Amino acid sequence: MSPLADGAATLRPNLTLIVVVAVLVATGVYLLLERSLARLLLGIVLMSNGVALLYLVISGEAKGAPLLGERPASEMSDPLPQAFVLTAIVISLATVAFVMALAYRQWQLTGSDDVPDDAEDALVQRLAEEDQTSETYDTDVSTTTDAEEDPDAVDEAAGVPVETGGARAGTSAAEHGGGEATPR
Amino acid sequence: MTWLLPLPVLLPLLGAALCLVLRRSARAQRIVSFAVLLATVAVATALILITADGGPLALWLGAWEEPLGVALVADRLTALMLLVSSIVVLVVLVFSIGQGIADGEGDTPLTVFFPTYLVLSAGVSNAFLAGDLFNLFVGFEILLFASYVLLTLGGLGPRIRAGTTYVVVSLLSSFLFLVAIAAVYAAAGTTNLAQLALRLRDIDPHVALVLQILLLTVFGIKAAVFPMSAWLPDSYPTAPAPVTAVFAGLLTKVGVYAIIRTQTLLFPDSPLTTPLMWVALLTMVVGILGAVAQTGIKRILSFTLVSHIGYMIFGVALADRAGLSGAVFYVAHHITIQTALFLVAGLIDRASGTTSLEKLGGLAAISPALGILFFAGAMNLSGIPPMSGFIAKTGLLQAAVGLGTPLAYVLVAGMLVTSLLTLYVMAKTWSQAFWRTPSEALASVMARRPDLDPEAAARREGVVLQYDLSAREPAEALDDEEDTGRAGETPSRALPTAMMGAATAMIVVSLAITLLAGPMFGYADNAARDMLQRTPYIDAVLPAGVR
Repeated sequence: MSPLADGAATLRPNLTLIVVVAVLVATGVYLLLERSLARLLLGIVLMSNGVALLYLVISGEAKGAPLLGERPASEMSDPLPQAFVLTAIVISLATVAFVMALAYRQWQLTGSDDVPDDAEDALVQRLAEEDQTSETYDTDVSTTTDAEEDPDAVDEAAGVPVETGGARAGTSAAEHGGGEATPR
Repeated sequence: MTWLLPLPVLLPLLGAALCLVLRRSARAQRIVSFAVLLATVAVATALILITADGGPLALWLGAWEEPLGVALVADRLTALMLLVSSIVVLVVLVFSIGQGIADGEGDTPLTVFFPTYLVLSAGVSNAFLAGDLFNLFVGFEILLFASYVLLTLGGLGPRIRAGTTYVVVSLLSSFLFLVAIAAVYAAAGTTNLAQLALRLRDIDPHVALVLQILLLTVFGIKAAVFPMSAWLPDSYPTAPAPVTAVFAGLLTKVGVYAIIRTQTLLFPDSPLTTPLMWVALLTMVVGILGAVAQTGIKRILSFTLVSHIGYMIFGVALADRAGLSGAVFYVAHHITIQTALFLVAGLIDRASGTTSLEKLGGLAAISPALGILFFAGAMNLSGIPPMSGFIAKTGLLQAAVGLGTPLAYVLVAGMLVTSLLTLYVMAKTWSQAFWRTPSEALASVMARRPDLDPEAAARREGVVLQYDLSAREPAEALDDEEDTGRAGETPSRALPTAMMGAATAMIVVSLAITLLAGPMFGYADNAARDMLQRTPYIDAVLPAGVR
């Protein structure tokens, strides 16, 4: 049973194990932020191993193997976290296999195993930067972009010089849209 | 009657094994899957009837003595979740069977789809039935792995890209869940939910708060709660239509269920009302504003999914009887309507070859049935009376007004604004995809591209000018601007009866929730009362003397 089952003892964790867990998880998180799927996978493996060690930490003091008949119950180490860790290791085995297949497929399709950006997000951001208007935009109201006033202005949000070509296309589209809108 | 409890998990797993054995015969796989999921619906109905009268049912697996074993528990909330999820899974199965029969093999390997789908159903049921935190973890892993496979089915480029995002975020949440379970075990010496409910009262409240926040973060990632919601609109739209439908309906709601269960059972004295209300408000508003910016129907629906999770989190944040019953009713309503709308989006994709609002137009004239389905679903989602969306939102609004604090009124305003913006987004989708004529769609495209003549504009921008709902095979899809196909040529296909029938069935179920709203709200109210009391659950799981 766990050292807390009778509510008496407090857990005295092994400091070395905790430091090892911290180092493993920190390295794993750092690798998780990588572009390449292979490194990301290494990060996942490190994090899984870190968590497995964490379960060793919480199982309390290391005693004998929890086999019935071998030794009295007070000299057995806690078997429940060991069962948890076994399940977690099996799950991470399947995870590694799947992510490797994913990385290989990505490499087959694109020649590298980088995690690509989201195309739709990039499209929405590009539309926002170009200051595109919808077809129901009212052309009587003048546009309020900085590019209208100052072609060399820097867009604060994007941090890049606003494309005046995009702004001009936006206003001419608005005029066309206004022209189309009136017969409706 | 406790032998009913393992069936929603066991039957789909056995069905999946049988499907793998029968992999040569698609027809046999379909029959097995349908039979198994129909049986699951029957079991869930039986559980509703049993738990509505009596108290929760508990089964200790493997005949292990309490409290050494793993418990499966079904109270009113679990039974309702099981019923709604099994109905959704069954209807989407019919949809995908119809799609598969109409398309032949297509790009979806049939041998893997049905077993994985059944494993997904087993994982969802296990997550709902789990009476032990680690069993909940295992249930989550089962459904997550099935979802990885279903999301990346066929190994196409966009699916691999979206799947990678989804897989990495889910792996991170699984890792955090393991850390949370380790912390809970270290603090309390058990992972059984009923035992934890008793023991967590005795530990240091600061430690309990850390555990609570860890668990909320984990389930918040799975439920796509702001600020952990960005992964959902990135990954859901690229999956096949039935897969997106079942993901949208079920996976986030399993996270919401876990939040409800742990908040009410494990941490009744610390409902974290104010932080959770802010989180709910941000989820609602950020989600719906994201939807407003989108031009693809599936993306719009993914963002509204995120936004409406905020409603359920608000109900949980209130942590009183009115709030919890509103949240439970909202979960049942939202599973149904979100799945229905994603199925309709799949039908739109089939009828026109695209789900981009910039390219669509005139669907109501082409297929009035599809128009009616979408309109009914859209009005339900937006909360137009007398549909179930209106009833669910009214329940939550009443609960908020019942609380009466200034923050609650801010939330009321947020809920109404979100509802209004949902209506705006749905109306925009309706007017652009269904109501306007294809020539108006072409006109708006030409307004954006004044340098092109009409034919080039239609071809280059992919505007759908002609539909061919009698086509059995997809036409040559235009993937390149340099293609010299005719203007307006589109991979439009017929809408098979099974697919239309499945989507209609989902819309009908959502309308049935409207008609049955009285009994359902009473059921949800009783569920909330039992959850707040906690003793029915604890007494069902742990017999007297075992604590």
